[in-house]
Amino acid sequence: MLEQVIVQQLRRIVGIQNFRDDRESLVVHSYDGTPMLQSLPDGVIYPESTQQVSDIMKVLAAHRIPVVSRGSGSNLCGGTVPIQGGVVMVMHRMNTILEVDQENLTATVQPGIITAEFISHIESIGLFYPPDPSSMRISTIGGNIAECSGGLRGLKYGTTKDYVIGLEAVLANGDIMRTGGKLMKDVAGYDLTKLLVGSEGTLAIITEATLKLIPPPKSKKTMLAMYKDLYGAARTVSRIIESKIIPATLEFMDNPTIRVVDDFAKLGLPRDMEAILLIEQDGDSEAVERDMERIQEICKLEMADLVEIAESREEAEKLLTARRSAFTALARLRPTTILEDATVPRSKIAEMVLRINEIARKYNVMIATFGHAGDGNLHPTAATDARNLDEVHRVEQAFEEIFEAAIELGGTITGEHGVGMVKAPYLEWKIGKPGIAMMRGIKHAFDPHNLLNPGKIFAKETRKRVVITRG
Amino acid sequence: MANANQPTFPSKPNVKLSNPTAQKLHLKLDYDQLTNCMRCGFCLPACPTFRETGLEQESPRGRIALMKAVVDGIMEPDQPFQDQMSHCLGCRACEPACPADVKYGQLIEQARDAIEEHAEHSIPVNGLRKVLLKEMFPHQGRMKWLGRSLAFYQKSGLRKVAKGTGMMRLFPKHLREMEQILPSATGKGVVERMGTVYPAKGEAIARVALFRGCIMDVLFADTNVNTVKLLSEAGFEVVIPDEQVCCGALHAHSGELDSAKALARTNLSVFKEAGVDYIVSNAGGCGALLVEYDHLLHEDNEYHSLAKWFAPRVMDISKLLIDHGRLPAFADSSASTEDPITITYQDSCHLRNVMKSASAPRQLMRQVANVQFVEMKEADRCCGSAGIYNVTQPKMAGEILEHKMEHANRTDARYLLSSNPGCLLQMKLGVAKHGDSSRMEVMHIVDFLYERLLETK
Ligand SMILES: Cc1cc2nc3c(=O)[nH]c(=O)nc-3n(C[C@H](O)[C@H](O)[C@H](O)COP(=O)(O)OP(=O)(O)OC[C@H]3O[C@@H](n4cnc5c(N)ncnc54)[C@H](O)[C@@H]3O)c2cc1C
Ligand code: SF4
Ligand code: SF4
Repeated sequence: MLEQVIVQQLRRIVGIQNFRDDRESLVVHSYDGTPMLQSLPDGVIYPESTQQVSDIMKVLAAHRIPVVSRGSGSNLCGGTVPIQGGVVMVMHRMNTILEVDQENLTATVQPGIITAEFISHIESIGLFYPPDPSSMRISTIGGNIAECSGGLRGLKYGTTKDYVIGLEAVLANGDIMRTGGKLMKDVAGYDLTKLLVGSEGTLAIITEATLKLIPPPKSKKTMLAMYKDLYGAARTVSRIIESKIIPATLEFMDNPTIRVVDDFAKLGLPRDMEAILLIEQDGDSEAVERDMERIQEICKLEMADLVEIAESREEAEKLLTARRSAFTALARLRPTTILEDATVPRSKIAEMVLRINEIARKYNVMIATFGHAGDGNLHPTAATDARNLDEVHRVEQAFEEIFEAAIELGGTITGEHGVGMVKAPYLEWKIGKPGIAMMRGIKHAFDPHNLLNPGKIFAKETRKRVVITRG
Repeated sequence: MANANQPTFPSKPNVKLSNPTAQKLHLKLDYDQLTNCMRCGFCLPACPTFRETGLEQESPRGRIALMKAVVDGIMEPDQPFQDQMSHCLGCRACEPACPADVKYGQLIEQARDAIEEHAEHSIPVNGLRKVLLKEMFPHQGRMKWLGRSLAFYQKSGLRKVAKGTGMMRLFPKHLREMEQILPSATGKGVVERMGTVYPAKGEAIARVALFRGCIMDVLFADTNVNTVKLLSEAGFEVVIPDEQVCCGALHAHSGELDSAKALARTNLSVFKEAGVDYIVSNAGGCGALLVEYDHLLHEDNEYHSLAKWFAPRVMDISKLLIDHGRLPAFADSSASTEDPITITYQDSCHLRNVMKSASAPRQLMRQVANVQFVEMKEADRCCGSAGIYNVTQPKMAGEILEHKMEHANRTDARYLLSSNPGCLLQMKLGVAKHGDSSRMEVMHIVDFLYERLLETK
């Protein structure tokens, strides 16, 4: 509970309606897309301008009250669970596209805009903003920036960080800072723009972003290849890249995923396949044709059992169904779905998938893996039941080993979902003690009183996984 | 794999709840479904109340979290909680959007059922609810009486008297507005006009039973008649069992599950008796409950197998025509290929989200010659009618309707079609309040098609 004087100060800034501390509001801001986490805030606030954010921060800083910035709460790392209480700041009302600059090919937006709405507006004027997380129909651009989200087009076009060129952000003391701009080059001091990208709401509150746009590709082609040999699929991926072809999409599903998808979508997929690759290329139509032919040759060379190229957009949609159903099919299998994003160098994909399958067997849990093969970003997904504490414990042990395996293979504990609470205990495994010390130093410089999304990224203890039951 | 192991853990939390409503919710809510929600938020953009308010508690994810919090003992089911449960339109647009297949419709019905047992409604709402749900809808005879009385009121000049004397001002504004757009009622339903059996034209493809619907048969009896004739044209023999009763949808959605079940049992016996291949509905709201009779009665040992026979045989008229009918040719004689008339369509939420019939009506409309079908933006979003929602939650319903009409007006359609009485009434209200009734006419898709049948009638 916040003191009444503080509540009054906050309400004076945003209006009575836009600060809430009734029980309903607190309960529905106690969670995000992460399974099994829940913690109630003390209040929820809905600012509508940078100035309001700044004024709010001044009040909160004066009283040392934590603040958790929140887009749509779709993150998978506990990023918006207010683990230390305080105020949840919902950015949805700041959802305007402030400008699309066709001369400089940039867009300036407020952070609360829904990613898909932004993308469809940009496409309607003939331009292209590539970062397309699967959650884009619900996620906000602010959330994408704070998590540095990636998507299916990441291999060729990069992720959110490659498109953020300027930011306006409110600092912990309420100061308003501007970084970067409509500039393709800018080396004026440290790159604070990139530092804020992926900072998970722990360094500042982003209130405006300038994003880079590019011209859209002229054509696109889709193809599906199936393999009885996992290594064949993995070698295909490496060979494509070796041949200096960068496909727009290079997605992967393993055998457990294929089975689950086939049960769910009744697509008649061959259940004895060890891997399916979904490959898309875009660009000028001649180049696309040439690349696709070459990719097809490579698939055959690597003993793909079946290669299908879509001749029309409808056929392409059909080929895409299998990959698109992967998450849905897994989500329906059991009540609780835990989606991780361990990432390895792409040359190590086959090895990583085999390790995951082995680990799942060892702990007797159901884990299926799909993901972005092109950039080594895998989604080992566990289907379990939060109420079965024994099984959940085994799932946690399995994931711990999976993280270990990823790091051993030169990879990372998270490729795009962020550290948040869930992976905080493992961060040190990846970046070591000096890395942690440096990051803590940065955090302290930005937020000396630890008010911005406290309890995230940095764990009290390394390794033991934090789980709060009931949720 | 671990799911081969038998679960040895409690499926519901073991908490002591002192509040009686909380206990009821603990008892009635399906905790598996509550757990199935993984809070991904994919349902948020589909939800009209979330889009209208931008508040998480007005979203499916938020409502599920609230229900779960009560069962978990984190929160009391206080008045704001109960209000939140009634804010939901029950349109179920959240279900097709959900990757985890959470049965939201069942959860909200269970929640309302639990709340209803302890509910204290305001006196006017309570009166209206009770009269409608308990005394009127379950009794087709009384519905006919209502139809006759309403018809008398509308035709006799009493309506004018009522308006002239200002009597109508005694009713809240939204009810007065509703009264004005009500179509002419009748006490003569489809059976009185056509008998209980109507032959197929040509060789019969199948024998089907018409579910006439209690509101349909009083306010849209002509549509019922046209439905039967259209079915006959398309090669179906139609029976209309006169003993059929209200589907129970309004009861189920308002937390009166026991009444809904009783009505379902009667209908099951009646339609089994009729010996038909399909049961046809021309009202999305009714059809959606009929296809879920198997779920509604899943704990009823006696009737569950009958319900399992029944549910898959329920079909919306559009889908039956497209999938199995001999489609006659349709054309608009007032227009031409060069100068077609424009039509648009508002989905009935339950037809789309529960009966999964979104494409059949569109295919039909595209077959009419000299007619251009224009898709209106967000046609798949609820219009705010939602059963008796526009009576119980007028403010939210009004805001949703206003947005809906902005999109409808932009199509500049001559006809705005729909497939459910509630939607038709709401859209009529919309055109009257935010549109131009001299330029846009609201019509049931069946009436539109029947009037444009090319050959004999
Ligand atoms: C089914 C599913 C699929 C997903 N697929 C992908 C995928 O393909 N790729 C991917 O990268 N991610 C994916 N995600 C994860 C998630 O959707 C992304 O991380 C997304 O960017 C979160 O956006 P949001 O608006 O929901 O942010 P939230 O979850 O609300 O917040 C995420 C983080 O951003 C911070 N934040 C939010 N707004 C601001 C702001 N204005 N200023 C500062 N900090 C802020 C929060 O404090 C929090 O730490 C998926 C999630 C789900 C549930
Ligand atoms: S889409 Fe389904 S699982 Fe996701 S939040 Fe909504 S109800 Fe829950
Ligand atoms: S039924 Fe409709 S109003 Fe209710 S939560 Fe679902 S989408 Fe929202």
